[in-house]
Amino acid sequence: MSGLFDLFVRSVFVENLALSFFLGMCTFLAVSKRVETAFGVGIAMIVVQTVTIPVNNLIYVYVLAPGALTWAGFGHVDLSFLSLIAFIGVIAAMVQVLEMTLEFHVPKLHRAMGIFLPLITVNCAILGGTLFMVERSYTFTESVVYGFGTGTGWALAIVMLAAIRERLKYSDVPEGLNGLGITFIIAGVMSLSFMAFSGIG
Amino acid sequence: MLARYWKTLSTPLIGENPITLQILGICSALAVTTALDTALVMSAAVTCVLAISGASVSAIRNHLPRSVRIVVQITIIASLVIVVDQILKAYAFEISKRLSVFVGLIITNCIVLGRAEGFAMRNSVVDSILDGIGNGLGYSLILLTVGAIREFFGKGSLLGVQILIPTAQGGGFEPLYLMLLPPSAFFIIALIIWLIRTRRPQQVEQPEFRVRGAVEVDTP
Repeated sequence: MSGLFDLFVRSVFVENLALSFFLGMCTFLAVSKRVETAFGVGIAMIVVQTVTIPVNNLIYVYVLAPGALTWAGFGHVDLSFLSLIAFIGVIAAMVQVLEMTLEFHVPKLHRAMGIFLPLITVNCAILGGTLFMVERSYTFTESVVYGFGTGTGWALAIVMLAAIRERLKYSDVPEGLNGLGITFIIAGVMSLSFMAFSGIG
Repeated sequence: MLARYWKTLSTPLIGENPITLQILGICSALAVTTALDTALVMSAAVTCVLAISGASVSAIRNHLPRSVRIVVQITIIASLVIVVDQILKAYAFEISKRLSVFVGLIITNCIVLGRAEGFAMRNSVVDSILDGIGNGLGYSLILLTVGAIREFFGKGSLLGVQILIPTAQGGGFEPLYLMLLPPSAFFIIALIIWLIRTRRPQQVEQPEFRVRGAVEVDTP
């Protein structure tokens, strides 16, 4: 149990996908102008990560990994070269299913998320999370925790960045750094401060 | 004709650089630049994928229904990335281990999809190849600059060749470990953006509003 808690803390703070692996940077920098939108993307990210990483885990373990098809009588088949295309397919499909489910059952939340849900398909943090899960061969339970943790970490980072950027509008930034440049520097400082977490977990 | 091709090829280098202006493909630009050799391999991989995916998408653009175009583009890109990944694993296993998940992440690198959707869907095959190569080179330019700075100041070497000898081995150079850590990449790219925008003021983003009472600075 404590192992799972460690994994959660590690994936939120120490190995924060946005600030220490630079994943999902495009969305991170582009949709962080306002706290509300950042919050919407953050929630969408948590949900999608918590769903796709375990699903991809099952698919990898039971279909794609070398020798995984033993249950179907194809023990010698190694489909791992297909994993990238399978993962991106799963992510796109899961986002679609999620969107339809939300639209049907929780239309309010669906409206709040709006365009961000489909955009998340091409967010590298999702595919990155899945690939890290494969590289570190997490079990199913671990991958649920890892998915939830990385999603939470990413959401935390983008909401913080958006909050800082809202305040930044009132400050006098050098001309050439205005906009993208200063955002990079803030992200760098945030990344620096997140490194202080590296001792825990 | 040649002049137009040259323009397609050279605009993305600095004028419309994918990283510093279009905000595309930043994730991998930051993550693989701790050393120059990984940055070099990554640049080559992305440029190949960009050129070939641009060509393929452009070649089938007139037969592609609008509703399924994203799926088709992603599939093309994913197949190309799988090929690149397998080639790297076969011929450069050590580097492919160090790049870890970032080769696979070329699929979701927004440059590739962005150029396929934004350029290749509307232009001829030759133009799309040139645009792919141009954007790839613009991406490589930033990647190699950042990679060179980080490796040089972080380890005192370039491409693995020791240039400055660190104090631990009797030399006079103290490695700057910050350069090997994630934050330095953010700072270096911010400085590059600053540099480019100082040279090219038309790229400067205007603030959404002016703070009342702030000293107005006359812009030339």
